[in-house]
Amino acid sequence: MGIKVDLDKCTGCSICVSVCPFAIIEMIDDKAQIQEGCTLCGACQEACSYEAILIEVTTETPTPNNGHHGIWVFAEQRDGRLKNVDYELLAKGRELADTLKTDLSAVCFGHNVSEIDQLVAYGADKVYLINNPALVANQEDLYTSELTRLIQEYRPEILLAGATSLGRSFIPRVAAVLRTGLTADCTGLDIDTEKRLLLQTRPTFGGNIMATIICQTRRPQMATVRPRVFKKNTPNNNRQGQIIKVDFKKEAVTSRTKLLSFIEDITEKVKLEDADIIVSGGRGLGKPENFKLIEELGGVLGAAIGSSRPPVDEGWVAYSHQVGQTGKTVGPKLYVACGISGAVQHLAGISTSEIIIAINKDPDAPIFEIATYGIVGDLFQVVPMIIKKLKSE
Amino acid sequence: MNIVVCLKQVPGTTQVKINPQTNTLIRQDIKNIVNPFDTYALEEGVRLKERYGGKVTAISMGPPQAEGMLREAIAAGADQTILLSDRAFAGADTLATAYTLAQAIKKIEGYDLVICGRQTIDGDTGQVGPELAEELGLPFIAYVNKIEETTTGQMRIQRMIEEGHELIETPLPAVISVVKEINVPRLPSLRGIIKAKDAIIPVWTAHNLGVDPSMVGLDGSATRVVKIFFPERVRHGEKLQGDLEDQVASLIEKLRKSRVI
Ligand SMILES: Cc1cc2nc3c(=O)[nH]c(=O)nc-3n(C[C@H](O)[C@H](O)[C@H](O)COP(=O)(O)OP(=O)(O)OC[C@H]3O[C@@H](n4cnc5c(N)ncnc54)[C@H](O)[C@@H]3O)c2cc1C
Ligand SMILES: Nc1ncnc2c1ncn2[C@@H]1O[C@H](COP(=O)(O)O)[C@@H](O)[C@H]1O
Repeated sequence: MGIKVDLDKCTGCSICVSVCPFAIIEMIDDKAQIQEGCTLCGACQEACSYEAILIEVTTETPTPNNGHHGIWVFAEQRDGRLKNVDYELLAKGRELADTLKTDLSAVCFGHNVSEIDQLVAYGADKVYLINNPALVANQEDLYTSELTRLIQEYRPEILLAGATSLGRSFIPRVAAVLRTGLTADCTGLDIDTEKRLLLQTRPTFGGNIMATIICQTRRPQMATVRPRVFKKNTPNNNRQGQIIKVDFKKEAVTSRTKLLSFIEDITEKVKLEDADIIVSGGRGLGKPENFKLIEELGGVLGAAIGSSRPPVDEGWVAYSHQVGQTGKTVGPKLYVACGISGAVQHLAGISTSEIIIAINKDPDAPIFEIATYGIVGDLFQVVPMIIKKLKSE
Repeated sequence: MNIVVCLKQVPGTTQVKINPQTNTLIRQDIKNIVNPFDTYALEEGVRLKERYGGKVTAISMGPPQAEGMLREAIAAGADQTILLSDRAFAGADTLATAYTLAQAIKKIEGYDLVICGRQTIDGDTGQVGPELAEELGLPFIAYVNKIEETTTGQMRIQRMIEEGHELIETPLPAVISVVKEINVPRLPSLRGIIKAKDAIIPVWTAHNLGVDPSMVGLDGSATRVVKIFFPERVRHGEKLQGDLEDQVASLIEKLRKSRVI
């Protein structure tokens, strides 16, 4: 295991220095030297025309699918209602399953979850359902042990789950028990048909760099996927599927943690993740009262209210409104960014929006690079104009 | 309370800039920093110690230069540190990282709580915390924004999820991950800086830990990065022209045409 430079072959051309995404290769005495911090990503090896870079990996036996087959989607529910991301994952899962010529199943835990048959209408061939009053609230200990048990029993080759608060918290625990690989927060999924491998693409370094990751020898291959990255299919209510009720052995598993209470964030009238139109405000608003202007425009457009990080940090608006790398990923038809500069961490949360409008007084703000339409101007002038015009029509 | 805090050294993200011409990283000024989210984990550990007594152990797996970061942790209030450093640990994914950290934490006697940051800014996964909890066989609570109360063998905490706040009770020991809302990290004290200067930072290797070499580093990793590339930014942006009234009118017309409003 490791990376080496063959000093005889290295010509000192420095190509590797410039392609290293982690900037840890240095030229010392005209030879490449790899410093600490190498992730063995292979970018340098690929770029080197002289085959001077060697990466040794203990060869693992390929295609260990031994008895694992089928794609699973963990269908998350809250208060008995399925989440949008479930349907998005079913759309992608369907595509992957068809490529692999295998079947697609959804797994759902809850109590009296409504519209379970919709999982079939949106693409599942089978639905494994555990229906039990003990699962009304999200119980991560129970979820972990039950999902692990089902995977061990039915042996899917791929498992996808939403990168929601719940998914990001308990899916890694399932992966750890199964000692398999898990890729967080994927924004792209594909299949290497020859090797039957899931190619999982995700942003790292706050969206500065994209990485494609595989899980070669362990099963299942697991990924959490950002909401709003994939589009759901139109449901087909004539699709045939099987709903398999699985027993919940309450005696066998107990939750160590106890949920004492839940305080819902009620300032979020329209759910950001599901919204078709979002109006967001940033530091450019200057002070808390000015957030009213954003709310007013949001009201006229029937939009959900978003925010960049500074207004949340300053306490102008609750965290549930934060959009970006450490907030929510959104994918509306229309995203209106007012007084937001467009830092990569913010852009990471809005890149799948269909139309982005930027209102910013700085013509060089990076937000204009990705905005569909930009207005260079003072938001305190522009936003009221938009409101007036919309109201008058 | 005997508290373990997990810290990782990362390249300062905000300085990772890409040269648009060559699509490569601009190298200058990339400094290594403590993962910002881990500073909140450390601060919370130190606050708990101040409230309930006990000690804080800061632990990190990384290259030898992570020693400097652990020294800073002492200046910021940690009592002792452990650096897990060995070439055999290189290339670890979250599974191998969690396994290695767990093997070391198991050697710390009678710990009550392990605190992680919500996620790193280089890997960005947030997976090490929950995976570590499972390796240690402990309960796990993510996104903690407030520790309400700690009594013997039990803790009541508040955490932030997408929909709001949850109040949760957990037995100890447990593993938690914290968000930045939990506290405001202090600056190192003069006394701390002096203490840090002379502190001994023990380094544990794979051999010291007695780990199975096939479980650590690249060999112990289930996942592998096969490609790295720079995201394409769609630059179809159009700045509207004319005076503001005209721009607003043309914007609304465009939106009506594309039927989004
Ligand atoms: C690890 C990490 C995670 C992060 N996660 C997130 C995240 O999830 N979400 C997020 O948003 N950020 C996140 N950030 C922060 C991010 O880097 C930026 O600091 C932040 O997005 C900037 O917010 P802003 O655009 O509102 O503020 P600024 O960058 O200060 O921009 C304000 C803009 O408003 C404009 N402006 C000022 N006055 C007016 C006016 N009167 N009319 C019109 N325009 C005006 C200015 O020209 C400027 O462009 C994160 C950072 C780190 C390091
Ligand atoms: N190499 C490491 N050494 C110590 N702690 C780590 C390491 N990697 C991750 N962690 C901890 O796990 C958290 C989540 O990391 P990640 O899963 O990489 O996003 C971090 O905030 C740290 O607290």
